[in-house]
Amino acid sequence: MTPPLTPAAPAPNSTPAQTVGPFHGHALPFADGGAPAPSGHPRTVTVHGTVLDGAGAPVPHALLEFWQTGPDGSAPAVPGSLRRDGLGFTGFARVTTGRDGHYLLRTLPPGGAPYLAVCLFARGLPHHLFTRLYFTLPTHDPLLAALPADRRPTLLATPDPGHHRAYRFDIRLQGDRETVFLDFTEPPSRPDAGHGDV
Amino acid sequence: MASESVREQTGRAAPGLQGTDRDGSRDSAPGRAAPENPAAPGISAAPGTPPYTGDPLRLPRRPLVPVAPGPEAVELTGPVFGPADVDPLDADLTRQHPGDPLGERITVAGRILDRRGRPVRGQLVELWQANAAGRYANRLDQRSAPLDPNFTGAGRCLTDDEGRYHFTTIRPGAYPWPGRHNAWRPAHLHFSFFGTAFTQRLVTQMYFPGDPLLPYDSIWHSAGDEATRARLVAAYDPALSVSGSSLGYRWDVVLDGPAATWAEEGR
Ligand SMILES: [Fe+2]
Repeated sequence: MTPPLTPAAPAPNSTPAQTVGPFHGHALPFADGGAPAPSGHPRTVTVHGTVLDGAGAPVPHALLEFWQTGPDGSAPAVPGSLRRDGLGFTGFARVTTGRDGHYLLRTLPPGGAPYLAVCLFARGLPHHLFTRLYFTLPTHDPLLAALPADRRPTLLATPDPGHHRAYRFDIRLQGDRETVFLDFTEPPSRPDAGHGDV
Repeated sequence: MASESVREQTGRAAPGLQGTDRDGSRDSAPGRAAPENPAAPGISAAPGTPPYTGDPLRLPRRPLVPVAPGPEAVELTGPVFGPADVDPLDADLTRQHPGDPLGERITVAGRILDRRGRPVRGQLVELWQANAAGRYANRLDQRSAPLDPNFTGAGRCLTDDEGRYHFTTIRPGAYPWPGRHNAWRPAHLHFSFFGTAFTQRLVTQMYFPGDPLLPYDSIWHSAGDEATRARLVAAYDPALSVSGSSLGYRWDVVLDGPAATWAEEGR
């Protein structure tokens, strides 16, 4: 059994977050932001879903960002995260939900740990929300091990039988199947963790 | 930590007076002033200023799950940006159209540091804002204030080796928050920051010193206590002003969240 994890104290001078508001659509999206997979790559997977509020209504104009490893399992370290060259894989995607709360992502399967890091921004959220999208639920994952069994499926993308190499991943902000949202704390074993904080 | 604000609100998103935002949804607005921190005098909420606690149907009800990311966690790294991503002209919002935009020209600059005080180098900073009349060049903003054909209000830049960023733009106008009586947003710039780790991601708003609307603004007050929300107010800095052209404002930013030191040294 994993012991309880204690959230880290905030950095004393950290700048607080504020809501993204409703008017980011002319500024933050970029060309092919939802298509980090190189064009025509045979291993491309489609991930799509809907962001839903506590009444089950879609959340329009939300901003979703995804960050992931490449198929070789390492974090991409090549620049060009905003400007697709059609060849390389930078691991970063940004999409907005439509009026129906739906988003769509075309990416490559992550190597190593089988998940995408997800960050959600929306009007009405004073602070962004982190979660993860798993393609499979590995047995030795520290986060999953710390979760009650009934909450793990909220992080699992499910195969979409109607489409080739497609997965469905809905994000529920509230309710019985509320998505697990994450608070990242200081990693425990970094050489300089906990020292020299400003 | 900034995520405290979410955690505090979890489970007590009680219904109250509700305003309608411009995309037709709700925001909670209980009709009482936010409690102030008596130990930190400064700009207090004006009587009757309701705190902004977010949309009661959008705030998660369950506590955030703490994660101490191990070395394998992808969140300890983040996307990499370079000269191909950002044109130098993207940092001057007054030169994106053939003519000059209306409004008071300003320079906004500062440094981005991580929680240990190290500069955040070569990372993306994004800025978006209303025009001088308080109108966004965004189809969701249907307010009856004029659009400026010479102003879009979106900019990008990369931080330099000292973590510095720099924008030239115009001071945005205040705008009313629909659905609420005389709730005007103070002049503000929306900013987005990336650190070297995805955990450091930050979206926030910058305000101007001496703005008489600040004591009445629910969103600014939602940032935290006096000392915390003071970090969202820029300082007038004559050293950044461009003689005969723009007024200078300095605003430094500290990104929270763990980062992998090994990844930072190489960037
Ligand atoms: Fe705004």
